[in-house]
Amino acid sequence: MTTQYEIIAAKDLVAGYPGNIVWRDANLSVNRGEFVAVIGPNGAGKTTLFRLLLGLQQPVSGTIKIFDEAPKRGNPQIGYVPQRHIFDGETNIESFELVRLGSSGKRWGLGVLSKKDREAALNALKDVGASDLAHRSLGVLSGGELQRIFLAEALVSNPSVLLLDEPLSNLDMRRERELLQLIHSVVESRNVTALLIAHNINPLLPYLDKVIYIANGKVATGTPQEVLTSECLSDLFGVHVEVLRDSRGNIAIVGIEDCHGCQPE
Amino acid sequence: MTLTSMNTLSSTFSFNPIVDLQRIFQFAFMQHAFEAGTIVAIVAGIVGYFVVLRRSSFAAHALSHIGFSGAAAAVLIGVNPVYGLLVFTSVGGLGIAALGRRASQRDVQIGTVLAFMLGLGVLFLSLYTGYAEEAYSILFGEVLGVSFSAVLLTLVAGVIILILIAVVYRPLLFASLDEDVAEAKGMPVLMLGVIFMLLVAVATSFAVQVVGVLLIFALMVTPAATAQMLAKRPRQVIVLSVAIALFATYLGLFIGFYTPYPVSFFICSIVFVLYLLVRFVYPKIRALKL
Repeated sequence: MTTQYEIIAAKDLVAGYPGNIVWRDANLSVNRGEFVAVIGPNGAGKTTLFRLLLGLQQPVSGTIKIFDEAPKRGNPQIGYVPQRHIFDGETNIESFELVRLGSSGKRWGLGVLSKKDREAALNALKDVGASDLAHRSLGVLSGGELQRIFLAEALVSNPSVLLLDEPLSNLDMRRERELLQLIHSVVESRNVTALLIAHNINPLLPYLDKVIYIANGKVATGTPQEVLTSECLSDLFGVHVEVLRDSRGNIAIVGIEDCHGCQPE
Repeated sequence: MTLTSMNTLSSTFSFNPIVDLQRIFQFAFMQHAFEAGTIVAIVAGIVGYFVVLRRSSFAAHALSHIGFSGAAAAVLIGVNPVYGLLVFTSVGGLGIAALGRRASQRDVQIGTVLAFMLGLGVLFLSLYTGYAEEAYSILFGEVLGVSFSAVLLTLVAGVIILILIAVVYRPLLFASLDEDVAEAKGMPVLMLGVIFMLLVAVATSFAVQVVGVLLIFALMVTPAATAQMLAKRPRQVIVLSVAIALFATYLGLFIGFYTPYPVSFFICSIVFVLYLLVRFVYPKIRALKL
Protein backbone atom coordinates (compact mmCIF):
# COMPACT_ATOMS: atom_id res chain seq x y z
CA MET A 1 0.00 0.00 0.00
CA THR A 2 1.31 3.44 0.81
CA THR A 3 4.92 3.74 1.77
CA GLN A 4 5.68 3.94 5.45
CA TYR A 5 5.29 7.52 6.43
CA GLU A 6 6.19 8.49 9.95
CA ILE A 7 3.53 10.71 11.49
CA ILE A 8 4.60 10.77 15.12
CA ALA A 9 8.19 10.59 16.25
CA ALA A 10 9.60 11.04 19.74
CA LYS A 11 13.23 10.91 20.81
CA ASP A 12 14.36 10.60 24.43
CA LEU A 13 11.13 12.26 25.40
CA VAL A 14 10.64 13.17 29.06
CA ALA A 15 7.12 14.13 30.12
CA GLY A 16 5.66 15.86 33.14
CA TYR A 17 7.01 18.89 34.89
CA PRO A 18 10.49 19.63 36.16
CA GLY A 19 10.62 18.04 39.58
CA ASN A 20 7.64 15.85 38.78
CA ILE A 21 8.57 13.59 35.92
CA VAL A 22 5.72 11.34 34.76
CA TRP A 23 7.76 9.16 32.42
CA ARG A 24 11.13 9.42 30.70
CA ASP A 25 13.24 8.26 27.78
CA ALA A 26 10.40 7.46 25.43
CA ASN A 27 11.26 6.72 21.83
CA LEU A 28 8.15 6.45 19.73
CA SER A 29 7.34 6.07 16.11
CA VAL A 30 3.86 5.88 14.63
CA ASN A 31 3.29 5.51 10.91
CA ARG A 32 0.39 6.61 8.81
CA GLY A 33 -2.68 4.40 9.02
CA GLU A 34 -1.57 2.56 12.12
CA PHE A 35 -3.93 1.62 14.90
CA VAL A 36 -2.10 2.11 18.16
CA ALA A 37 -3.13 1.24 21.71
CA VAL A 38 -1.82 3.28 24.62
CA ILE A 39 -1.96 1.01 27.66
CA GLY A 40 -0.91 1.34 31.26
CA PRO A 41 -2.03 1.63 34.86
CA ASN A 42 -4.06 4.60 36.08
CA GLY A 43 -1.93 7.66 36.54
CA ALA A 44 0.92 6.27 34.45
CA GLY A 45 0.75 9.25 32.09
CA LYS A 46 -1.24 8.00 29.11
CA THR A 47 -3.22 11.23 28.79
CA THR A 48 0.05 13.15 29.21
CA LEU A 49 1.19 11.68 25.89
CA PHE A 50 -1.96 13.07 24.24
CA ARG A 51 -1.47 16.45 25.85
CA LEU A 52 2.06 16.57 24.46
CA LEU A 53 0.79 15.72 20.98
CA LEU A 54 -1.93 18.37 21.24
CA GLY A 55 0.56 21.02 22.30
CA LEU A 56 -1.27 21.50 25.60
CA GLN A 57 1.88 20.55 27.49
CA GLN A 58 5.56 20.92 26.65
CA PRO A 59 8.12 18.15 26.99
CA VAL A 60 10.57 18.46 29.87
CA SER A 61 13.30 17.34 27.52
CA GLY A 62 13.74 15.35 24.33
CA THR A 63 11.78 15.96 21.17
CA ILE A 64 8.35 15.04 19.92
CA LYS A 65 7.17 15.67 16.41
CA ILE A 66 3.87 15.24 14.68
CA PHE A 67 3.82 15.68 10.91
CA ASP A 68 7.48 16.64 11.15
CA GLU A 69 6.71 19.62 13.34
CA ALA A 70 6.70 20.34 17.04
CA PRO A 71 3.13 19.96 18.34
CA LYS A 72 1.12 23.16 18.49
CA ARG A 73 -2.26 23.82 19.96
CA GLY A 74 -5.08 23.85 17.44
CA ASN A 75 -3.50 21.53 14.89
CA PRO A 76 -6.37 20.91 12.43
CA GLN A 77 -4.90 17.53 11.47
CA ILE A 78 -5.71 16.10 14.90
CA GLY A 79 -9.14 14.93 16.00
CA TYR A 80 -9.36 14.59 19.76
CA VAL A 81 -11.87 12.76 21.91
CA PRO A 82 -11.02 13.49 25.55
CA GLN A 83 -11.92 11.23 28.40
CA ARG A 84 -15.06 12.67 29.87
CA HIS A 85 -18.18 12.29 31.81
CA ILE A 86 -21.58 11.79 30.36
CA PHE A 87 -23.78 14.85 29.87
CA ASP A 88 -26.46 15.06 32.52
CA GLY A 89 -30.13 14.95 31.65
CA GLU A 90 -30.40 18.71 31.92
CA THR A 91 -28.19 19.27 28.89
CA ASN A 92 -30.90 19.40 26.29
CA ILE A 93 -28.98 20.01 23.07
CA GLU A 94 -29.27 17.80 20.07
CA SER A 95 -26.21 15.77 19.09
CA PHE A 96 -26.11 17.33 15.65
CA GLU A 97 -25.25 20.72 17.16
CA LEU A 98 -22.20 19.34 18.97
CA VAL A 99 -20.97 17.57 15.84
CA ARG A 100 -21.44 20.70 13.77
CA LEU A 101 -19.49 22.73 16.31
CA GLY A 102 -16.62 20.27 15.78
CA SER A 103 -15.93 22.06 12.51
CA SER A 104 -17.67 25.41 12.82
CA GLY A 105 -17.00 26.10 16.50
CA LYS A 106 -13.68 27.69 15.68
CA ARG A 107 -15.19 30.40 13.55
CA TRP A 108 -16.47 33.71 14.84
CA GLY A 109 -19.90 35.03 14.04
CA LEU A 110 -23.32 33.46 14.01
CA GLY A 111 -22.86 31.25 10.95
CA VAL A 112 -26.57 31.15 10.34
CA LEU A 113 -26.72 29.67 6.89
CA SER A 114 -23.73 27.44 6.45
CA LYS A 115 -24.87 24.54 4.32
CA LYS A 116 -21.35 23.15 4.17
CA ASP A 117 -21.06 22.77 7.95
CA ARG A 118 -24.45 21.11 8.02
CA GLU A 119 -23.52 18.57 5.40
CA ALA A 120 -20.15 17.85 6.95
CA ALA A 121 -21.86 17.18 10.29
CA LEU A 122 -24.48 14.92 8.72
CA ASN A 123 -21.77 12.99 6.86
CA ALA A 124 -19.72 12.52 10.01
CA LEU A 125 -22.80 11.25 11.82
CA LYS A 126 -23.47 8.83 8.96
CA ASP A 127 -19.89 7.55 9.06
CA VAL A 128 -20.25 6.57 12.69
CA GLY A 129 -23.69 5.06 12.13
CA ALA A 130 -25.38 7.69 14.24
CA SER A 131 -27.64 9.42 11.71
CA ASP A 132 -30.63 8.37 13.77
CA LEU A 133 -29.15 10.09 16.83
CA ALA A 134 -28.71 13.47 15.12
CA HIS A 135 -31.76 15.05 16.65
CA ARG A 136 -31.67 13.30 20.00
CA SER A 137 -30.64 15.25 23.07
CA LEU A 138 -27.10 14.69 24.36
CA GLY A 139 -28.48 14.34 27.87
CA VAL A 140 -30.43 11.17 27.08
CA LEU A 141 -27.81 9.25 25.08
CA SER A 142 -26.16 6.13 26.46
CA GLY A 143 -22.39 5.89 26.94
CA GLY A 144 -21.89 4.03 23.67
CA GLU A 145 -24.10 6.41 21.73
CA LEU A 146 -22.24 9.40 23.16
CA GLN A 147 -18.90 7.94 22.15
CA ARG A 148 -20.13 7.68 18.57
CA ILE A 149 -21.25 11.32 18.69
CA PHE A 150 -17.85 12.35 20.10
CA LEU A 151 -16.16 10.38 17.32
CA ALA A 152 -18.29 12.19 14.74
CA GLU A 153 -17.42 15.51 16.39
CA ALA A 154 -13.73 14.66 16.01
CA LEU A 155 -14.12 13.41 12.42
CA VAL A 156 -16.12 16.33 11.12
CA SER A 157 -13.02 18.46 10.53
CA ASN A 158 -11.39 15.63 8.53
CA PRO A 159 -8.35 14.98 10.74
CA SER A 160 -5.45 12.71 9.78
CA VAL A 161 -4.84 11.53 13.31
CA LEU A 162 -7.37 10.54 15.96
CA LEU A 163 -6.50 10.69 19.65
CA LEU A 164 -9.11 8.75 21.61
CA ASP A 165 -8.84 8.88 25.40
CA GLU A 166 -10.53 5.84 26.97
CA PRO A 167 -13.48 5.67 24.60
CA LEU A 168 -14.22 2.16 25.84
CA SER A 169 -14.59 2.94 29.53
CA ASN A 170 -18.05 2.48 31.00
CA LEU A 171 -19.17 0.26 28.14
CA ASP A 172 -20.27 -3.34 28.52
CA MET A 173 -18.37 -5.95 26.54
CA ARG A 174 -20.80 -6.05 23.64
CA ARG A 175 -20.85 -2.25 23.18
CA GLU A 176 -17.10 -2.20 23.61
CA ARG A 177 -16.71 -4.61 20.71
CA GLU A 178 -19.21 -2.71 18.56
CA LEU A 179 -17.50 0.62 19.16
CA LEU A 180 -14.07 -0.86 18.44
CA GLN A 181 -15.27 -2.32 15.16
CA LEU A 182 -16.70 1.07 14.28
CA ILE A 183 -13.49 2.92 15.15
CA HIS A 184 -11.48 0.41 13.18
CA SER A 185 -13.68 0.68 10.09
CA VAL A 186 -13.58 4.49 10.26
CA VAL A 187 -9.78 4.38 10.57
CA GLU A 188 -9.58 2.12 7.53
CA SER A 189 -12.07 3.94 5.32
CA ARG A 190 -10.75 7.41 6.07
CA ASN A 191 -7.14 6.25 6.17
CA VAL A 192 -6.50 7.98 9.48
CA THR A 193 -4.03 7.05 12.14
CA ALA A 194 -5.56 6.30 15.53
CA LEU A 195 -4.09 6.31 19.03
CA LEU A 196 -6.46 4.86 21.56
CA ILE A 197 -6.01 4.87 25.31
CA ALA A 198 -7.53 1.79 26.88
CA HIS A 199 -7.63 -0.11 30.12
CA ASN A 200 -7.93 -3.57 28.75
CA ILE A 201 -5.90 -4.55 25.76
CA ASN A 202 -7.62 -7.82 24.91
CA PRO A 203 -10.54 -6.50 22.86
CA LEU A 204 -8.07 -4.38 20.89
CA LEU A 205 -5.68 -7.20 19.98
CA PRO A 206 -7.31 -8.15 16.64
CA TYR A 207 -6.88 -4.61 15.32
CA LEU A 208 -3.60 -3.39 16.73
CA ASP A 209 -0.54 -2.48 14.72
CA LYS A 210 1.36 -1.13 17.66
CA VAL A 211 1.31 -0.86 21.44
CA ILE A 212 2.60 1.96 23.59
CA TYR A 213 2.82 0.58 27.10
CA ILE A 214 3.35 3.22 29.78
CA ALA A 215 4.13 2.10 33.32
CA ASN A 216 6.53 2.69 36.14
CA GLY A 217 7.76 5.97 34.65
CA LYS A 218 8.86 4.25 31.47
CA VAL A 219 7.48 3.64 28.01
CA ALA A 220 7.73 0.47 25.95
CA THR A 221 6.65 0.48 22.35
CA GLY A 222 6.49 -1.86 19.43
CA THR A 223 4.19 -4.40 17.84
CA PRO A 224 1.94 -6.35 20.23
CA GLN A 225 4.15 -9.38 19.69
CA GLU A 226 7.19 -7.41 20.77
CA VAL A 227 5.73 -5.58 23.74
CA LEU A 228 3.34 -8.08 25.25
CA THR A 229 6.03 -10.52 26.31
CA SER A 230 7.22 -11.51 29.76
CA GLU A 231 10.70 -10.12 29.06
CA CYS A 232 9.58 -6.74 27.78
CA LEU A 233 6.99 -6.12 30.49
CA SER A 234 9.25 -7.41 33.29
CA ASP A 235 11.77 -4.89 32.10
CA LEU A 236 9.15 -2.16 32.01
CA PHE A 237 7.61 -2.82 35.41
CA GLY A 238 10.95 -3.59 37.03
CA VAL A 239 9.58 -6.74 38.62
CA HIS A 240 9.18 -10.19 37.22
CA VAL A 241 5.86 -10.54 35.44
CA GLU A 242 4.57 -13.23 33.18
CA VAL A 243 2.36 -12.81 30.14
CA LEU A 244 -0.03 -15.73 29.75
CA ARG A 245 -2.15 -16.43 26.70
CA ASP A 246 -5.40 -18.33 26.49
CA SER A 247 -6.57 -20.39 23.55
CA ARG A 248 -8.20 -17.39 21.89
CA GLY A 249 -5.12 -15.23 22.12
CA ASN A 250 -6.27 -13.14 25.10
CA ILE A 251 -3.48 -12.24 27.42
CA ALA A 252 -3.20 -11.97 31.17
CA ILE A 253 -0.31 -10.38 32.98
CA VAL A 254 0.59 -12.06 36.21
CA GLY A 255 2.84 -10.57 38.83
CA ILE A 256 1.57 -7.01 39.14
CA GLU A 257 -1.29 -5.87 41.31
CA ASP A 258 -2.88 -3.57 38.80
CA CYS A 259 -3.30 -6.23 36.20
CA HIS A 260 -3.64 -4.47 32.86
CA GLY A 261 -4.17 -6.65 29.94
CA CYS A 262 -6.28 -9.07 31.89
CA GLN A 263 -10.06 -8.98 32.05
CA PRO A 264 -11.59 -5.69 33.12
CA GLU A 265 -12.30 -5.14 36.76
CA MET B 1 -46.27 60.84 42.88
CA THR B 2 -46.32 58.08 40.34
CA LEU B 3 -47.68 55.68 42.90
CA THR B 4 -50.67 57.84 43.74
CA SER B 5 -51.52 58.38 40.10
CA MET B 6 -51.36 54.63 39.59
CA ASN B 7 -53.60 53.92 42.50
CA THR B 8 -56.30 56.25 41.23
CA LEU B 9 -55.99 54.62 37.84
CA SER B 10 -56.26 51.09 39.08
CA SER B 11 -59.98 51.54 39.59
CA THR B 12 -60.37 52.45 35.94
CA PHE B 13 -59.19 49.13 34.49
CA SER B 14 -61.58 48.64 31.58
CA PHE B 15 -61.06 44.98 30.54
CA ASN B 16 -60.58 46.31 27.04
CA PRO B 17 -56.89 45.58 26.35
CA ILE B 18 -56.52 48.30 23.72
CA VAL B 19 -57.99 51.00 25.92
CA ASP B 20 -55.97 49.71 28.89
CA LEU B 21 -52.74 49.78 26.91
CA GLN B 22 -53.45 53.24 25.53
CA ARG B 23 -53.95 54.41 29.06
CA ILE B 24 -50.65 52.87 30.13
CA PHE B 25 -48.67 54.52 27.36
CA GLN B 26 -50.01 57.97 28.18
CA PHE B 27 -47.47 57.99 30.96
CA ALA B 28 -43.83 58.65 30.15
CA PHE B 29 -42.69 56.55 33.10
CA MET B 30 -44.62 53.57 31.71
CA GLN B 31 -43.13 54.08 28.26
CA HIS B 32 -39.67 54.09 29.78
CA ALA B 33 -40.49 51.01 31.80
CA PHE B 34 -41.58 49.13 28.69
CA GLU B 35 -38.55 50.31 26.74
CA ALA B 36 -36.05 49.38 29.44
CA GLY B 37 -37.95 46.16 30.13
CA THR B 38 -37.81 45.17 26.47
CA ILE B 39 -34.05 45.69 26.17
CA VAL B 40 -33.32 43.97 29.46
CA ALA B 41 -35.56 41.00 28.67
CA ILE B 42 -33.94 40.45 25.27
CA VAL B 43 -30.40 40.69 26.64
CA ALA B 44 -31.09 38.63 29.77
CA GLY B 45 -32.91 35.98 27.75
CA ILE B 46 -29.89 35.53 25.47
CA VAL B 47 -27.11 35.83 28.04
CA GLY B 48 -29.15 33.57 30.32
CA TYR B 49 -28.93 30.74 27.80
CA PHE B 50 -25.15 30.67 28.15
CA VAL B 51 -25.45 31.00 31.92
CA VAL B 52 -27.62 27.89 32.01
CA LEU B 53 -25.52 26.02 29.46
CA ARG B 54 -22.29 26.73 31.35
CA ARG B 55 -23.86 25.89 34.71
CA SER B 56 -22.79 29.34 35.85
CA SER B 57 -26.04 30.37 37.49
CA PHE B 58 -24.37 30.57 40.86
CA ALA B 59 -21.66 32.81 39.42
CA ALA B 60 -24.32 35.01 37.83
CA HIS B 61 -26.18 35.15 41.12
CA ALA B 62 -22.97 36.08 42.93
CA LEU B 63 -22.21 38.82 40.40
CA SER B 64 -25.51 40.52 41.05
CA HIS B 65 -24.82 40.44 44.79
CA ILE B 66 -21.34 41.83 44.26
CA GLY B 67 -23.08 44.49 42.19
CA PHE B 68 -25.23 45.35 45.18
CA SER B 69 -22.27 46.72 47.11
CA GLY B 70 -21.22 48.64 43.98
CA ALA B 71 -24.65 50.18 43.65
CA ALA B 72 -24.68 51.04 47.35
CA ALA B 73 -21.23 52.62 47.07
CA ALA B 74 -22.41 54.67 44.09
CA VAL B 75 -25.46 55.87 46.00
CA LEU B 76 -23.19 56.82 48.89
CA ILE B 77 -20.95 59.00 46.74
CA GLY B 78 -23.89 60.34 44.82
CA VAL B 79 -23.54 58.81 41.36
CA ASN B 80 -25.91 56.69 39.30
CA PRO B 81 -26.06 53.21 40.88
CA VAL B 82 -25.66 51.65 37.41
CA TYR B 83 -22.05 52.83 37.28
CA GLY B 84 -21.32 51.28 40.66
CA LEU B 85 -22.96 48.07 39.45
CA LEU B 86 -20.95 48.06 36.23
CA VAL B 87 -17.62 48.56 37.99
CA PHE B 88 -18.22 46.00 40.73
CA THR B 89 -19.80 43.31 38.56
CA SER B 90 -17.09 43.69 35.90
CA VAL B 91 -14.29 43.34 38.43
CA GLY B 92 -16.17 40.47 40.07
CA GLY B 93 -16.71 38.86 36.68
CA LEU B 94 -13.02 39.10 35.84
CA GLY B 95 -12.19 37.57 39.20
CA ILE B 96 -14.55 34.65 38.70
CA ALA B 97 -13.31 34.11 35.13
CA ALA B 98 -9.74 34.12 36.41
CA LEU B 99 -10.64 31.23 38.69
CA GLY B 100 -10.68 29.34 35.43
CA ARG B 101 -12.34 26.22 34.22
CA ARG B 102 -15.93 25.86 35.16
CA ALA B 103 -16.36 28.68 37.60
CA SER B 104 -19.56 27.04 38.75
CA GLN B 105 -17.43 24.48 40.55
CA ARG B 106 -15.89 27.19 42.69
CA ASP B 107 -18.98 27.63 44.82
CA VAL B 108 -17.18 28.05 48.10
CA GLN B 109 -14.71 30.68 46.89
CA ILE B 110 -17.39 32.65 45.06
CA GLY B 111 -19.77 32.38 48.01
CA THR B 112 -17.11 33.65 50.39
CA VAL B 113 -16.54 36.76 48.29
CA LEU B 114 -20.29 37.18 47.78
CA ALA B 115 -21.00 37.28 51.51
CA PHE B 116 -18.24 39.80 52.09
CA MET B 117 -19.50 42.04 49.28
CA LEU B 118 -23.07 41.94 50.57
CA GLY B 119 -21.72 42.95 53.97
CA LEU B 120 -19.89 45.88 52.38
CA GLY B 121 -23.12 46.90 50.66
CA VAL B 122 -24.93 46.98 53.97
CA LEU B 123 -22.19 49.20 55.41
CA PHE B 124 -22.38 51.62 52.48
CA LEU B 125 -26.13 51.87 52.78
CA SER B 126 -26.01 52.52 56.49
CA LEU B 127 -23.46 55.28 55.87
CA TYR B 128 -25.82 56.77 53.31
CA THR B 129 -28.14 59.06 55.21
CA GLY B 130 -30.92 58.97 52.66
CA TYR B 131 -33.92 56.70 52.77
CA ALA B 132 -34.12 52.96 52.54
CA GLU B 133 -35.94 53.47 49.26
CA GLU B 134 -32.64 53.35 47.35
CA ALA B 135 -31.70 50.05 48.93
CA TYR B 136 -35.13 48.69 48.20
CA SER B 137 -34.95 49.58 44.52
CA ILE B 138 -31.46 48.10 44.15
CA LEU B 139 -32.48 44.88 45.85
CA PHE B 140 -35.85 44.40 44.20
CA GLY B 141 -35.84 46.70 41.17
CA GLU B 142 -37.90 49.78 40.43
CA VAL B 143 -38.67 49.64 36.76
CA LEU B 144 -41.35 52.30 37.05
CA GLY B 145 -38.69 54.79 38.11
CA VAL B 146 -36.43 54.38 35.06
CA SER B 147 -35.60 57.71 33.44
CA PHE B 148 -35.27 58.38 29.73
CA SER B 149 -31.50 58.80 30.01
CA ALA B 150 -31.35 55.42 31.78
CA VAL B 151 -33.29 53.90 28.88
CA LEU B 152 -30.77 55.33 26.42
CA LEU B 153 -27.87 53.99 28.47
CA THR B 154 -29.57 50.59 28.64
CA LEU B 155 -30.07 50.64 24.88
CA VAL B 156 -26.39 51.37 24.21
CA ALA B 157 -25.28 48.61 26.59
CA GLY B 158 -27.84 46.22 25.12
CA VAL B 159 -26.69 46.81 21.55
CA ILE B 160 -23.04 46.34 22.54
CA ILE B 161 -23.87 43.06 24.30
CA LEU B 162 -25.86 41.75 21.34
CA ILE B 163 -23.10 42.61 18.86
CA LEU B 164 -20.50 40.95 21.08
CA ILE B 165 -22.61 37.81 21.43
CA ALA B 166 -23.13 37.66 17.68
CA VAL B 167 -19.36 37.74 17.21
CA VAL B 168 -18.44 35.12 19.82
CA TYR B 169 -21.56 33.00 19.38
CA ARG B 170 -20.11 29.81 17.91
CA PRO B 171 -16.83 29.70 19.84
CA LEU B 172 -18.65 30.50 23.08
CA LEU B 173 -21.23 27.81 22.41
CA PHE B 174 -18.48 25.32 21.62
CA ALA B 175 -16.38 26.21 24.66
CA SER B 176 -19.46 26.08 26.88
CA LEU B 177 -20.49 22.66 25.62
CA ASP B 178 -17.13 20.98 25.14
CA GLU B 179 -14.32 22.92 26.75
CA ASP B 180 -11.63 20.22 26.47
CA VAL B 181 -12.01 19.80 22.73
CA ALA B 182 -12.33 23.54 22.20
CA GLU B 183 -9.07 24.05 24.09
CA ALA B 184 -7.30 21.35 22.09
CA LYS B 185 -8.50 23.01 18.92
CA GLY B 186 -6.64 26.13 19.94
CA MET B 187 -9.66 28.16 20.98
CA PRO B 188 -9.01 30.89 23.54
CA VAL B 189 -11.20 29.23 26.18
CA LEU B 190 -9.93 31.39 29.02
CA MET B 191 -10.57 34.58 27.06
CA LEU B 192 -14.02 33.32 26.10
CA GLY B 193 -14.68 32.74 29.80
CA VAL B 194 -13.64 36.31 30.55
CA ILE B 195 -15.83 37.70 27.75
CA PHE B 196 -18.74 35.63 28.98
CA MET B 197 -18.42 36.86 32.57
CA LEU B 198 -18.17 40.47 31.37
CA LEU B 199 -21.33 39.96 29.32
CA VAL B 200 -23.07 38.63 32.42
CA ALA B 201 -21.71 41.56 34.43
CA VAL B 202 -23.06 44.21 32.06
CA ALA B 203 -26.36 42.41 31.49
CA THR B 204 -26.80 42.07 35.25
CA SER B 205 -26.04 45.73 35.90
CA PHE B 206 -28.88 46.81 33.66
CA ALA B 207 -31.30 44.03 34.53
CA VAL B 208 -31.09 45.24 38.14
CA GLN B 209 -33.22 48.23 37.13
CA VAL B 210 -36.07 45.89 36.30
CA VAL B 211 -35.88 43.09 38.84
CA GLY B 212 -33.19 44.13 41.33
CA VAL B 213 -30.12 42.18 42.42
CA LEU B 214 -32.04 39.66 44.50
CA LEU B 215 -34.46 38.71 41.75
CA ILE B 216 -32.00 38.64 38.85
CA PHE B 217 -32.59 34.91 38.42
CA ALA B 218 -36.10 35.66 37.23
CA LEU B 219 -34.81 37.15 33.99
CA MET B 220 -31.31 35.69 33.73
CA VAL B 221 -31.86 32.02 34.53
CA THR B 222 -35.49 30.95 34.72
CA PRO B 223 -36.53 31.91 31.15
CA ALA B 224 -33.50 30.15 29.65
CA ALA B 225 -33.97 27.11 31.88
CA THR B 226 -37.62 26.94 30.86
CA ALA B 227 -36.81 27.38 27.18
CA GLN B 228 -34.18 24.64 27.37
CA MET B 229 -36.87 22.15 28.30
CA LEU B 230 -38.90 23.11 25.24
CA ALA B 231 -36.27 22.99 22.49
CA LYS B 232 -32.99 21.26 21.66
CA ARG B 233 -31.43 23.66 19.16
CA PRO B 234 -29.51 26.57 20.68
CA ARG B 235 -31.06 29.19 18.44
CA GLN B 236 -34.58 27.98 19.14
CA VAL B 237 -33.86 27.91 22.86
CA ILE B 238 -32.55 31.47 22.73
CA VAL B 239 -35.61 32.71 20.84
CA LEU B 240 -37.92 30.99 23.33
CA SER B 241 -35.92 32.29 26.28
CA VAL B 242 -36.23 35.86 25.01
CA ALA B 243 -39.94 35.35 24.32
CA ILE B 244 -40.54 34.12 27.88
CA ALA B 245 -38.54 37.00 29.39
CA LEU B 246 -40.43 39.53 27.24
CA PHE B 247 -43.79 38.00 27.99
CA ALA B 248 -43.15 38.05 31.74
CA THR B 249 -41.84 41.61 31.64
CA TYR B 250 -44.76 42.96 29.60
CA LEU B 251 -47.41 41.12 31.56
CA GLY B 252 -45.71 42.09 34.82
CA LEU B 253 -45.70 45.75 33.84
CA PHE B 254 -49.30 45.57 32.70
CA ILE B 255 -50.56 44.02 35.91
CA GLY B 256 -48.25 46.18 38.00
CA PHE B 257 -49.77 49.29 36.46
CA TYR B 258 -53.27 48.41 37.52
CA THR B 259 -52.42 47.05 40.94
CA PRO B 260 -50.55 48.55 43.87
CA TYR B 261 -48.02 45.71 43.98
CA PRO B 262 -44.40 45.70 42.71
CA VAL B 263 -43.75 44.84 39.07
CA SER B 264 -40.77 42.65 39.94
CA PHE B 265 -43.05 40.43 42.01
CA PHE B 266 -45.25 39.81 39.00
CA ILE B 267 -42.30 39.15 36.69
CA CYS B 268 -40.84 36.62 39.12
CA SER B 269 -44.20 34.94 39.60
CA ILE B 270 -44.93 34.71 35.88
CA VAL B 271 -41.59 33.10 34.99
CA PHE B 272 -41.93 30.79 37.98
CA VAL B 273 -45.38 29.62 36.93
CA LEU B 274 -44.17 29.11 33.36
CA TYR B 275 -41.22 27.13 34.66
CA LEU B 276 -43.49 24.91 36.75
CA LEU B 277 -45.88 24.39 33.85
CA VAL B 278 -43.10 23.42 31.46
CA ARG B 279 -41.35 21.28 34.01
CA PHE B 280 -44.33 19.30 35.26
CA VAL B 281 -47.31 19.74 32.97
CA TYR B 282 -45.66 19.95 29.55
CA PRO B 283 -44.07 16.45 29.72
CA LYS B 284 -47.49 14.97 30.48
CA ILE B 285 -49.09 16.77 27.53
CA ARG B 286 -46.31 15.53 25.28
CA ALA B 287 -46.70 12.01 26.57
CA LEU B 288 -50.40 12.13 25.74
CA LYS B 289 -49.77 13.13 22.14
CA LEU B 290 -47.27 10.35 21.46
